[in-house]
Amino acid sequence: MNQATAPGLTILEAGDAPPPFAILDDDGAVRADVDPALVPKISDADGLRIYREMLKVRLVDDRFMKLQRTGRLGFYMQSLGEEATHLGVAYALRQSDWVFPSYREPGIAFWRGYTLRDFTNQLFGNAEDPVKGRQMPVHHTFRAGNFVSISSPVGTQIPQAVGAARAAQIMGKDDVSVVYFGEGTASPGDFHVGLNFAGVWKAPCIFVCRNNGWAISTPATVQTAAKSIAHKALAYGFPGIRVDGNDVLALAAVTLQAAARARAGEGPTLIEACTYRRAAHSSSDDPSVYRKGDLDESAIWEKRDPLNRFGKYMTKRGVLTPAIEQIYRDEITAELQAALAAVETIGPPPLVSLIEDVYAQPLPILKEQLAELLALPRQKLSH
Amino acid sequence: MPVYNIIQAVNDALRLEMRKNPRVVVLGEDVGRFGGVFRATTGLQEEFGKDRVMDTPLAEAGIIGTAIGMALYGLRPVAEIQFADFIFPAFDQIVNELAKFRYRSGGEYPAPMVIRTPYGGGIRGGHYHSQSPEALFAHTAGLKVIIPSNPYDAKGLLLTALRDEDPVMFLEPKRVYRAARGEVPEGEYTIPFGQAKIVREGQGLTVLCYGAMLHVVMEALEKQGAAEFDPEVIDLRSLVPLDTETILESVRKTGRVVIVHEAQKTCGFGAELSALIAEKALLHLEAPIVRVCGLDTPFPYTLEMEYLPSPERITKAIADTARF
Repeated sequence: MNQATAPGLTILEAGDAPPPFAILDDDGAVRADVDPALVPKISDADGLRIYREMLKVRLVDDRFMKLQRTGRLGFYMQSLGEEATHLGVAYALRQSDWVFPSYREPGIAFWRGYTLRDFTNQLFGNAEDPVKGRQMPVHHTFRAGNFVSISSPVGTQIPQAVGAARAAQIMGKDDVSVVYFGEGTASPGDFHVGLNFAGVWKAPCIFVCRNNGWAISTPATVQTAAKSIAHKALAYGFPGIRVDGNDVLALAAVTLQAAARARAGEGPTLIEACTYRRAAHSSSDDPSVYRKGDLDESAIWEKRDPLNRFGKYMTKRGVLTPAIEQIYRDEITAELQAALAAVETIGPPPLVSLIEDVYAQPLPILKEQLAELLALPRQKLSH
Repeated sequence: MPVYNIIQAVNDALRLEMRKNPRVVVLGEDVGRFGGVFRATTGLQEEFGKDRVMDTPLAEAGIIGTAIGMALYGLRPVAEIQFADFIFPAFDQIVNELAKFRYRSGGEYPAPMVIRTPYGGGIRGGHYHSQSPEALFAHTAGLKVIIPSNPYDAKGLLLTALRDEDPVMFLEPKRVYRAARGEVPEGEYTIPFGQAKIVREGQGLTVLCYGAMLHVVMEALEKQGAAEFDPEVIDLRSLVPLDTETILESVRKTGRVVIVHEAQKTCGFGAELSALIAEKALLHLEAPIVRVCGLDTPFPYTLEMEYLPSPERITKAIADTARF
């Protein structure tokens, strides 16, 4: 080792990642070592609503995975164990804030008013699908909830969210943009480009990384040599924080703080929500092939289940009761049943929708192509 | 009436629209303090400030990605990509995101914006300052692709682009950025998309071209004697939407076609034009359709004038087609 010294001959080093910030213990009690001032002041009504929407994600996922397994639905992606990352963030935002989702955050759309009917119609790509049958299941759009259209290429939404945040800044509004992505998406260029632009512009943007440990079969250790995802914010000149992704209170607390910073003109924040993908990546995936034995931590993470933890917390607060829980289950199930029953009566989108929305007005060549199609009998579905 | 080059015409259009519409913002590398490496945004940051004319970090995917977010939110961004050769880091954002946003969101999230970029060879720029990627964008549903050849069209088409509800790829022929000069009216005027311009009427054959190649075609006519074959020269101006009527009407009249572009031949936009004519006007043809294009090679440095369609190659193609 070279012992010689000189001014500037200092290798920059990152400190080790701290354990993720948590407010609740695994049993839903506020941890003794947490300053009570850090616990967000969530009203009973909001607390119940958070619980209800988390429960909705859980029940809806369970139902649609079953429908997929029985061949009634082509494809699905569930959020099992990651529901707190949807609702903790959702609670901390205003409706006017923009959300650039990845594909595993339906809870934030529910919180903002996306109905199970629209959700279900999107999955079936029918005539009442808000996106007119143009995208695979789980690629939702909910304009009224400022929930931006989902795309499959990972990370493209990151610079877009920064642009929307910059636009709010330019237009003198105090909206923030929130963008979701997984830890695998901290690898492609769009992540780095987006964070870099956000840092330079001090854009009012909150980056929420759902670090669930797995990008399909690829563990987080293969994605980065950094000490954490949150560390990456430092290189772009703004704070990063690690938070327990299964603790809705901790997520709400850090998101409230990040949003306040953003609205005050202090710039972006990267939140690394540490959680675990207990289920498969999607209905097309089979984790038993690549996640065996000790590699499969699902059982450990089930003990930290976000829904149970928050449910116990609300129960300890004396707000949630088995009777209320049962009402929620019945209401959600009924809404879902109604949406599924309606699906049976709704046909596919009309053929003209093929050429709509490509441009604001269909180009002449598109009208010509549609006319050719309309002159022939419909092609049978091959799947 | 002032005489402008294309750069001045672009600058004029941007300035006029920025004065009129506070939602128009410009972003890109070196566009602010410096006014762009080709000076197309000169003086805009001084007039409109750093929030509306933004020097960005050096990352094309970031320029386009953030511009999309701005467009979604309600601004009307004009993103400059310094050379079309450098647009590819943003290709995913353009092809998978920008072009599809309106469609994939069921019409809920349109992203109208303009991407300006200088394209084309003949400036001793080698592979990476000379390419013509227009066919890649014309092949992407959801984008409009506009290429002016002169200052008058550049201003009128850019003003249309800035008011269009769809994303517009605005490719500027840098070889004639300064060389193409002409009278440009002061104040606003627009040129509709999808209208080709008949630059020279003729009966002998139809020559289809756009951008810098229009000037090479005219040189062939004026200096190499190609005019004796009485060509009708059409400047497409707009590849998407394409003015098929003007093209087909001319072809039905002349029965002979030469297509000129500097992008490589295979799968270039000329292939689309050839197919269109074959589909819609085959029985009017009296000679094979001929394409005069760049070679199917990367763009060369030293031998670029051999790579590019020359007045001589164009003249020979015109003569062969006329005499066939």
